[in-house]
Amino acid sequence: MATSSYYVPESSRLPIFTSIGLICMAAGAAGMINHISSGTEGWAFPHFVFFTGALIVAAVLYNWFGMVIKESMGGLYSQQMDRSFRWGMGWFIFSEVMFFAAFFGALFYVRQWAGPWLGGSGDKGVSHMLWPDFIYQWPMFNNPAGADLPGPNAIIDPWHIPLLNTILLISSSVTITFAHHALRTMQRGRVIFWLAFTVILGAVFVYYQILEYVEAYRDLGLTLASGIYGSTFFMLTGFHGAHVTIGAIILFVMWIRIVKGHFTPDQHFGFEAAAWYWHFVDMVWIGLFFFVYII
Amino acid sequence: MKIRTWLSLSSIALLLSLSSLAKAEWGVNMTEGVTEISQSIYDLHMLIFWICVAIGVVVFGVMFYVMFKHRKSKGAVAAQFDESVTLEWLWTVIPTIILIAMAVPATKTLVEMYDASDAQVDIKITGYQWKWQYDYLGEDVSFFSNLSTSRDAVYNKEEKGENYLLEVDKEVVIPTGQKVRFLITSNDVIHAWWVPEFAVKKDAIPGYVNESWVNVPVGQEGIYRGQCAELCGVDHGFMPIVVRAVSQADYATWLDEQRAEKEAAALAALGDYSFDELMTTGAEVYAGRCAACHGQNGEGMGSMFPPMVGSDIVLNDVEKHIDILINGVAGSAMQSFAEQLTDVEIAAVITYERNAWGNDTGDIVTPRDIIDARQ
Amino acid sequence: MTTTTAAHDDHGHHGPAKGIMRWVLTTNHKDIGTMYLWFSFIMLLTGGVMALIIRAELFQPGMQLIEPEFFNQMTTMHGLIMVFGAIMPAFVGLANWMVPMMVGAPDMALPRMNNLSFWILPFAFGMLLLTLFSEAGAPNFGWTFYAPLSTTYAPSSVTYFIFGVHLMGISSIMGAINIVATILNMRAPGMTYMKMPLFVWTWFITAYLLIAVMPVLAGVVTMMLMDIHFGTSFFNAAGGGDPVLFQHLFWFFGHPEVYIMILPAFGIVSHIIPTFSRKPLFGYSSMVYATASIAFLSFIVWAHHMFTVGLPLVTELFFMYATMVIAIPTGVKVFNWVSTMFQGSLTFETPMLFAIAFVILFTIGGFSGLMLAIAPADFQYHDTYFVVAHFHYVLVPGALFAIIAGVYFWLPKWCGNYYDEFLGKLHFWLSFIGVNITFFPMHFIGLAGMPRRIPDYALQFADFNAVASVGAFIFGFSQLLFLYIVIKTIRSGKQATPEVWEGADGLEWTLPSPAPYHSFSEPPQVK
Ligand code: HEA
Ligand code: HEA
Ligand code: HEC
Ligand code: CUA
Ligand SMILES: [Cu+2]
Repeated sequence: MATSSYYVPESSRLPIFTSIGLICMAAGAAGMINHISSGTEGWAFPHFVFFTGALIVAAVLYNWFGMVIKESMGGLYSQQMDRSFRWGMGWFIFSEVMFFAAFFGALFYVRQWAGPWLGGSGDKGVSHMLWPDFIYQWPMFNNPAGADLPGPNAIIDPWHIPLLNTILLISSSVTITFAHHALRTMQRGRVIFWLAFTVILGAVFVYYQILEYVEAYRDLGLTLASGIYGSTFFMLTGFHGAHVTIGAIILFVMWIRIVKGHFTPDQHFGFEAAAWYWHFVDMVWIGLFFFVYII
Repeated sequence: MKIRTWLSLSSIALLLSLSSLAKAEWGVNMTEGVTEISQSIYDLHMLIFWICVAIGVVVFGVMFYVMFKHRKSKGAVAAQFDESVTLEWLWTVIPTIILIAMAVPATKTLVEMYDASDAQVDIKITGYQWKWQYDYLGEDVSFFSNLSTSRDAVYNKEEKGENYLLEVDKEVVIPTGQKVRFLITSNDVIHAWWVPEFAVKKDAIPGYVNESWVNVPVGQEGIYRGQCAELCGVDHGFMPIVVRAVSQADYATWLDEQRAEKEAAALAALGDYSFDELMTTGAEVYAGRCAACHGQNGEGMGSMFPPMVGSDIVLNDVEKHIDILINGVAGSAMQSFAEQLTDVEIAAVITYERNAWGNDTGDIVTPRDIIDARQ
Repeated sequence: MTTTTAAHDDHGHHGPAKGIMRWVLTTNHKDIGTMYLWFSFIMLLTGGVMALIIRAELFQPGMQLIEPEFFNQMTTMHGLIMVFGAIMPAFVGLANWMVPMMVGAPDMALPRMNNLSFWILPFAFGMLLLTLFSEAGAPNFGWTFYAPLSTTYAPSSVTYFIFGVHLMGISSIMGAINIVATILNMRAPGMTYMKMPLFVWTWFITAYLLIAVMPVLAGVVTMMLMDIHFGTSFFNAAGGGDPVLFQHLFWFFGHPEVYIMILPAFGIVSHIIPTFSRKPLFGYSSMVYATASIAFLSFIVWAHHMFTVGLPLVTELFFMYATMVIAIPTGVKVFNWVSTMFQGSLTFETPMLFAIAFVILFTIGGFSGLMLAIAPADFQYHDTYFVVAHFHYVLVPGALFAIIAGVYFWLPKWCGNYYDEFLGKLHFWLSFIGVNITFFPMHFIGLAGMPRRIPDYALQFADFNAVASVGAFIFGFSQLLFLYIVIKTIRSGKQATPEVWEGADGLEWTLPSPAPYHSFSEPPQVK
């Protein structure tokens, strides 16, 4: 099955296409956003560039993973190669952790230091002279600038949708573990069932998250632009939601592969990587639930 | 032999010129400043400097010795040792001790610098792109301070004066022998208020207030110059600080003068001004306050700063024109000039913009229009 | 070249494809390393030309050549391009070439991703450079892009800048993951961690720094994007945010970033000095521990860049002490290098000259760093040319000299020919003199009170500025000589032996020169 020497792939077209796709997406997105902000003419071109880039990247990803799958099925990968993938995925997830750490850091900083200073306490409490009417509290319903930059009227109640979502995600972490066990003992029917179940839990989570956002924007006045509470709330939950979406898509791909009979009990790193990712997304949510919603 | 003497002669010359550098007026070293704090910072600086020099002499000394003695070309044969636990401990512990010796005085000085309590005078300093506003809290005195070096001097069309780029139209005045607290903030981006002689440097953060303080000893009356020390946009290099330290008696007189001037300006706004008077004043104000962004001849600058020539607002919309000057444009570099300029000056500069560089609208805006608009 | 390739090609691959497509499509660590190095050199010239524009304008007081607005764009782009375009890719290029050879691997662990990491860069920098020609002009808020100058008050090109930074971040993270995977997983049998060559060790640790801090940079530019275009208040006090929050996040990335630019340099120097002293490296294990300590400390010192923003007293003290501590492990390294030379049998080929200059001049830069670390004194130094002098001493005769030393050291291994020793030495002396004339006077003007990032200055700073500008041109033009030497060596030159240098030691020197296309197809055994 596995070869003994390390597999060094031949030259490939895919990376360069990925680079081209990425630069098109980046430049296109920048152009689009600038046009949205300034309301100037000529929006069509950046949109075109962005979507072309996105198409290229999507096509490349499809082919790239397809190729890796083929190579893996073809037995080109040694145990050592498998370890390279593991280390790669592990450290990639670590980098994602650090990405979220930046946003959590911002939240803690504001609550621990910036907010109290603006409200007149702590080392830089003199700053209060600039915002004499501001009283600091968290959640921040009133912003320092007061009426010019209104805060939210209310915030999301943690014990409804968020609690439900917590239960959904924790269950999904359990179900994916069931799927993994089943895979290791070669019970394909159960793998297919539990994995499908996991994907559905993820999808329901995203659905509720969207409901929550609609409620926030429509009824609570809680928006990106409602001061630092809204900023941290939406950035943290938004990036998390995006990760759940991506994770669910990856799991769905794994589901298709299992249906096609791709994995074996002792070689299924693709599945494991997806599962790691899913657990990571789950851990982030627990942090969110505590620090964004409850406390 | 010849070469030897040459070498030693030239190295003596080099040393001499270096030592004269050190004494030269324009300075190669940190200023000792005029306050206790600035003095202790200077001492700290010299202490660390000499420690580093000493370590450098030892380390580089050994290196140069090795480079001369242990060359292959001199037949050196390499030893093969590659470890010495004793040595390695030694050069971990000794630097640690040296560092602790530095940290002690540093901590002491820092604690002093942070103690802004019990100040007798409070001045709120606000950074603007690219000028400073000074508010004497509780004294009803407030003004702006702008660079007074002319653009012609900057563009080499005119001789550069002694205090080139370090001179302002209105100095901030502080009393000696009193603890003066600065409350530093900003109206737009981050600036930093720095006067080397006081060893005061504090960032001006929009929306927050930083404290700092100075106590200039009696007998050290004089002019002290500094600059903005945080990149704040195009004219970051052109927002100097000039402090005049005066005796307490002179300070009191000065405060009275300021209040009297303010009243006089309010009265002046009620007078009548001819078109020519407004245009002359307006041209001065424009050159001093507006040209930095809108160009010497109203041509604007880049895509960020709109031209005045042919601007729709300038040509057609008087009310909007007045409104922009009084309230500024939120979220842009165009700030409110309500506090910075008198009614007469605002009226004059608007009139000027509407009639200069081919903007021949013939409109006259009078100080009374401004007083009305302010209400 | 063809014969060696064929001999080591047992996967049934053909050698490199011909023409430009060889480079575009390659998955080979040497090809990719070469591309990284050339890219970095082009960026060095680009960023260098910007530096020369800066120095030309600062030659005399008054505005002569450019407008203040353009000056700010030059300062910003110079910093960004040098840091992200010249120094970092050069180290990645060296890692690509040398790490697989040093650990006895056939290639990098993830070769296709390797190609992707590289090819993102030219596009990203192309986009960044194009903003120079846009109507709004290039980014003008300094390489540290402090909010709100970089948000509310920024030119519209900031959006392109933000996405450019995202791309560079992606590239760096992928590159770092690749190096980590290679080192963890592809070492030859018998190569335990404490037998790894120091360049491998330093890059190993550097890669972790990259993986830990690049995402934070991505996070902070994302916050900027949201503040500018979508109404969030991260850096806006009116909505409860804080501009200083930006600085905390930026420097949490930024300080480790400067060590990212120096740790691999330490590694290179730790190979060159023993080689030309013909003596094993002194204190190998303390070198490893010192590197790890520096990396660890780099995460808890960031606020030394923010001593004047009004941090609470205890915070200020903590960051001062933590920063000072870094002098200890760094000192260990310096002392180890000196001890390695001690009682050696020294020769002074070009790589050795650059390495010795590195040790001396980096240490001078480190001393000024230590002075900056003393918080009360930093109130006087901060944002003056003293800081500019500090970081150019650690970056130019520090990081850049180490890179140049590495290139001379390994060039015979890469292309099979020795470089011209006379020209190499000439290049060294011109660079050494030029660099000191440029950056030494900056200590003086900084102490005398000249702020950084200003296009025009008061008259008392004129003389030293003129001197610095002259030095910059000497140093800059000497680098064209470097270009010439490298091209000449690739084309011709004395045939190099596998060992290349008399005192060389390590797996990479067991391969023929030039090294075969796939380094080790059979893992060598390390005793
Ligand atoms: C390669 C990059 C690099 C390296 C290695 C360093 C190394 C160090 N730096 Fe530097 N630094 C920068 C790049 C780097 N720096 C940059 C780019 C900036 C400016 C960013 C900007 O604002 O744009 C900066 C700015 C900067 C500041 C902020 C200044 C300011 O803006 O006000 C400070 C303050 O503490 C600092 C400190 C240090 C210290 C203590 C070290 C230490 O690591 C140095 C340690 C080394 C030694 C001390 C020498 C060898 C030791 C011995 C021989 C042992 C014995 C010595 C003693 C006991 C004294 N640096
Ligand atoms: C990372 C590495 C790095 C390197 C290598 C350099 C290299 C140089 N730097 Fe740089 N510098 C920074 C990093 C670096 N710098 C950073 C981070 C900043 C802070 C930016 C900020 O404030 O935001 C800075 C800021 C900075 C300033 C302060 C600007 C200001 O505050 O306004 C100055 C001023 O003198 C300066 C000068 C130089 C010079 C003269 C060189 C020389 O070494 C350059 C040598 C020149 C060349 C190598 C060019 C050779 C090319 C030719 C001769 C032309 C050939 C032409 C063709 C082939 C077409 N730099
Ligand atoms: C710090 C830079 C700066 C200074 C100084 C400045 N302005 Fe402006 N000004 C701006 C900017 C930026 C705008 C564009 C605001 C916007 O619409 O976003 C502007 C807009 C204007 C406009 C509206 C033009 C239009 O067509 O939209 C007028 C009129 C104007 N300024 C007059 C003045 C006058 C008079 C002065 C001096 C007393 C002055 N400005 C000083 C930056 C400045
Ligand atoms: Cu204000 Cu720089
Ligand atoms: Cu630092």
